[in-house]
This record gives sequence, structure tokens and C-alpha cells, in this order.
Amino acid sequence: MSLIESLFGFLILALSHFGKLALIALGLAVIFGIMGIINFAHGEFILVGAYTTAMGYHAGFPLLLAIFVGGLAAGIFGLIVERLIIQHLYDRLIETLVATWGVSLIVIQLVRIQFGGTFAGIHTPLGSIQYGAFSASTYRIALAGAAIVLFASTYAIFMYTRYGLHSRAAMQNKEMAQCLGIPTKRVYMKTFFFGSVLSGIAGGLIAPTVSLTPDMGTNVLVEAFVTVIVGGANVIVGTSLAALSLGIIQAPASMLFGTLGGYLALLITTVLLIRVLPEGLTGVVE
Amino acid sequence: MDESEHATEESSNPHHWFSHLLDRFDEFHARFEGPNTIGNNRTFWAVFWGIFAILLVYPMIVNTFVLKTNTSFFIWVILALSLSIVWGYSGIFNFGQMATFGLGGYAYGVVAINLTEMIGGTVLALLIGVVLPAVVMAALGYFMFYGQVSGLYVAIITLVVTLMFNLLLTRTSGTTIGDAQLGGLNGMSGIPTLELDVVAFSFDLTPVSEYYLVLALMIAVYLGLRYTVNSYYGYVMIAIREDERRTQMFGYDIRKLKTALFSAGAALGGLAGVLYVSWSGFIDPTMFGLVSASLPIIWVTVGGRGTLLGSGIAAYLLQYTSNELGAMGTGYSFIFLGILFILVILFFPSGIVPALRDRWVAWSTTRKQSGSVQEGNS
Repeated sequence: MSLIESLFGFLILALSHFGKLALIALGLAVIFGIMGIINFAHGEFILVGAYTTAMGYHAGFPLLLAIFVGGLAAGIFGLIVERLIIQHLYDRLIETLVATWGVSLIVIQLVRIQFGGTFAGIHTPLGSIQYGAFSASTYRIALAGAAIVLFASTYAIFMYTRYGLHSRAAMQNKEMAQCLGIPTKRVYMKTFFFGSVLSGIAGGLIAPTVSLTPDMGTNVLVEAFVTVIVGGANVIVGTSLAALSLGIIQAPASMLFGTLGGYLALLITTVLLIRVLPEGLTGVVE
Repeated sequence: MDESEHATEESSNPHHWFSHLLDRFDEFHARFEGPNTIGNNRTFWAVFWGIFAILLVYPMIVNTFVLKTNTSFFIWVILALSLSIVWGYSGIFNFGQMATFGLGGYAYGVVAINLTEMIGGTVLALLIGVVLPAVVMAALGYFMFYGQVSGLYVAIITLVVTLMFNLLLTRTSGTTIGDAQLGGLNGMSGIPTLELDVVAFSFDLTPVSEYYLVLALMIAVYLGLRYTVNSYYGYVMIAIREDERRTQMFGYDIRKLKTALFSAGAALGGLAGVLYVSWSGFIDPTMFGLVSASLPIIWVTVGGRGTLLGSGIAAYLLQYTSNELGAMGTGYSFIFLGILFILVILFFPSGIVPALRDRWVAWSTTRKQSGSVQEGNS
């Protein structure tokens, strides 16, 4: 493999890692950034999105429509969880963590009982691109594009809608926002719904690239988690920068040492970054 | 309650021999009592030693299998107590307590397999299984606490480090340390049971003697920790949990104290891990997985974060329940546990045992007032 080929391979790999990390982290980042709670069932929102997408796809829906339905399904599921559990636990970080962990256990087992150990996956669309000895799936690169589109839409929603204004106010100063008549509880409910939809869409988007098993959520949770923490409080800038830098680190490590090596590099980088930059990358940008 | 009423009537007569005995009973327990623990009265200790007596004769009334399973629950209790100290009392949100357990277990396994011929080999393995996690976590604690990492970020770092151990150990399928094969995903098996070859006596642990050893250690750890949290050190621990900055202003070196606490908790977790591996003869990397890592957190949250008693009871009951449900051969145990966590969090935010304690106090106070019974000790 020539130098240019390796460089090309590295860029493609970094791009696809960035796409995956950015997608799976966005929903978690929105909920963490605005509401300040950690959703340990985040992986299961992705799972709901992925399974629903696969079901829709097998029922004959076009993939994009199936993904949209997947996002909606995860959103409804999120709304139920918020109404039943989360709304009673605002401002209690640890309790939310344990309660959502309970949700995660329940969903994983229900899925296992209902659908068994594996679920019929979706064939990766779009074929592959070839450059010399190197080939990569086009779909994985398209995921990076999808991530950018989703980030841009999220940015637009936060900047140019009434809900976005309210949620930013609630994030900056909850009491003051309440004094000015912003219904913060309703804003939180919408935020949880919004985050769940984003997670469901992410699940639908990555569904063709992963095997659909009941513990797929647990597998992506840690990656999503570290991306959000490395990113810090700023949902859009922090998370996308974190996904980019972690992708750039994960790519060569997984090229040299395999998938587990890449994962390990991701974790080591996270530990070091938290120590050096406790505020996350947001702190550097601001 | 009949018992304590009886006891108060007796203590009103100072010349009675029985009242003298009761005073000695109280005196003995005074060192374990204080505002930082639940159960600071005669009734509690009477029940405590009553249960202890039942546990002592327990091996005579059940078969070996039930006894062996029960021993493992006691080991989990020790692990829960270790996290209760680190997280519940000192406020260090440690998601990696299971890593100390696993490290202790692996260290014990490697040393015990290599020194299986040596007299006292497994005891040495036990010591290493306790010291290694303490050293590793002291290093990690130094890294975190001297870098001003705190709160949620401690949880993330400890969780991530636990998962790193998981990843590293899954890749050890061909690795051997001396005679010990780490075995990657398949885990390490054939680990010898603890043999207590001390100068005077020597015996292999049978299920019964193993039960007594673990029971004795569990009681010792519980009482030792009760003594600690009600001592000067306990007050400092709680001061750190309640307000780190203020405690620092009073001249305490927070960084050093937190590192020491973190490491001491790791030693206890390592002890539990050693006992577990000696009990099962086997360990694999799932010990360091996400599901395992969250178990101690869940026990402590459900039982009551600020109580040793609650953490221990919750560990025992939850492990017992999931064991029973697991024996029914379905995945429903996780569904049950999930629902249970959610209900406990929603309805008993400070944990089940503190909630029950509050009910009990309220109930016995109204009873006292209405019956106007004079209580000497409460």
C-alpha cells in the first residue's frame, strides 16, 4: 500500500468513525446539555430506532422512510419514559442514572424475549468505493454526511425556533427562565422527546452497519457517553468537535491494532482529556 | 418491641444482675454507635446478634449447595459495604468498585495457581489480591484527585478504566503468567481454594468452613466500618461528602484523604474478589463489564446510600432474588430488577432501609407518647 493510499484509507476511516460517534452521541448530548441528566437508557433508544427501522424496511418501506419511522418510535418511547419516570427526578443526577439503567435492563430483556438473540439486519446499501488496494463502504461515509445534516438541523432548531430559545434559556438559568414565564417542565419534556427522536434516527442510520442484537445499545452507550463528556456542555460545537477528534484518534489505532485497539485508544484518550480539560472541548472553544 | 419494653423495665431496677449485664451489652456496642449509622439501640443489637446466631447454625439446617450459594451472597455484601464507604459516606462516585473486585480476583488466581504447591501460597495470594487493587486504585486516585477531577467525572473515569480492564483481559487468550492461563474471554479456571496454613493449624476450606470464614469476615467488616464511620475519620469523610471546599478550608488535605479512602475501599473490594474467586475457582472478564460494574451502584442506591446496613441488606436481597429468578430459567429476573430500581428511586429516594427506619422511628415515637412508656435508651 502506497503512502497516498494509506493516507486515503486513514481519512475515510476517520470520517466513518466521526460519523458514527457524532450520530450516536447527538441525542445523549441534547438531553445532557439542556437538562443536565445522564440517560443510561440511551443505548436502548438507539436500539428501538434500529429495530423499528429494520422492521419497516422488511415490511417494504424505503430505507429513509423506515429511518424516519424509527426516529418517531424512539421519540414516543422517550416520551413515555419521561412522563412515567424522568419528570419526577429532575435535578437528581444519580437517581436518574439508576432509574434509566433500570429502563435499559427492562428493554434489553423484553427485546431478547420478543425477538431472540439476533434480528434480521439490513443489507448495507450504496456499495463501496475503491482506491488502489483500499476499499470502504460508501454508506459509512454517507453516515458522516448524515451526521453533519443532523447537527445542522439541531443547530437550526435551537437557534431559530421558539422551543430552541426556551430550551437555551432553561439551560442557562432555570429559575430566571421560569420567572419570565417559560414553562421549563414542558421544555424539558420536549427536549427529552427531541433527544429520543435524534437517538432513534441515529439507530436507524447505523442499523445497516451493525448486527442487531439486544445488547447493541450497551455496546454503543459507552462510545456515545465518552463523546458527550469529551465534548462538554456545548451540544453542537462540543459534541461535533469531540466526535471529530476521537474519530481521528480511533481510526489509526483501529487500523493498527484492530477494532478493540481503536476502542481502547478512545477510552485512554477520554481519561486523559478529562484530567486535562475537565470542562471538555467546550472549555477550550469558549 | 416486647423485648425492649421488657428490657427497659429491667433497667429501671439497678440492682438486678440482668440490668448489669445489659449495661455491659450497651457499653460494648457504644463504640459502634453514632449519628452516622442506623441501629443505635439495644433492640437493634439484640436482633443483630439473634440473626448472627441463626447464621451460625444455618449450615446444620441446609444442604451444601444452598450453603455455598449463600456464601457468595455474603461476599457480595462485603463488596457493597466497600462501595458504601467510598461512595455513600465519602461521596466519591466510584463506578469502578467492581474493577477492584475483579483485580483482586485475577491477582489471587494468578498467584494461587503458581504457588499452589507452596505452604501458605494461597494466603500470600490473598494478600496480593488485597494489595494490588489498593495500589492500582491509589495510582488512579492520585491521577484523579490531585488533578481536581470530581463529581460525575470521577464516575466516568472509573467506569472507563473498568471497561479498559475488560477489553485488555478479553485479549489475553494466549497469555500466561507462570502456570496461570488468563484465558481471554473464556476466563481463568482451576483456581485453588483458599487454604489457611497458619502456624498452628492447617485446613482446606470445605463449604462449611468457607461459609464460617466469609461470615466472620462480613461481620468483622461491618463492625469495623461502623466503628470507623462513627469515629473522627467518619466525621471527616462525611464532611468531604457534604462540602469539599469547606472541609479544605478547615485545613484537611482533601486530595490525600480521598486518595486514601479510594484505595482503602479498593482493598476491601479486592478482599471480596479474592473470596469470590476462591469460592468459584473461576473468573472471566465479564466481571469488568458494564452490567457488572453497575451492580454495586444499584445495591447501594436501593439500600440507602448513607447507610452501611442498607447497602449490605440490599446486596444480599437483590442477589438472592435475582438468583431465585434466574433459577426459574428466564430473562425475567432483569425485568423484575429493572422495575424494582425504578420503583425504589421514585418512592424511596434515599433508599429502602432509611425509609423503613423513618417509619419505625415515627411509629415507636407515637406509640411512646400515647402509651407514655418511659424509654431509657433509644
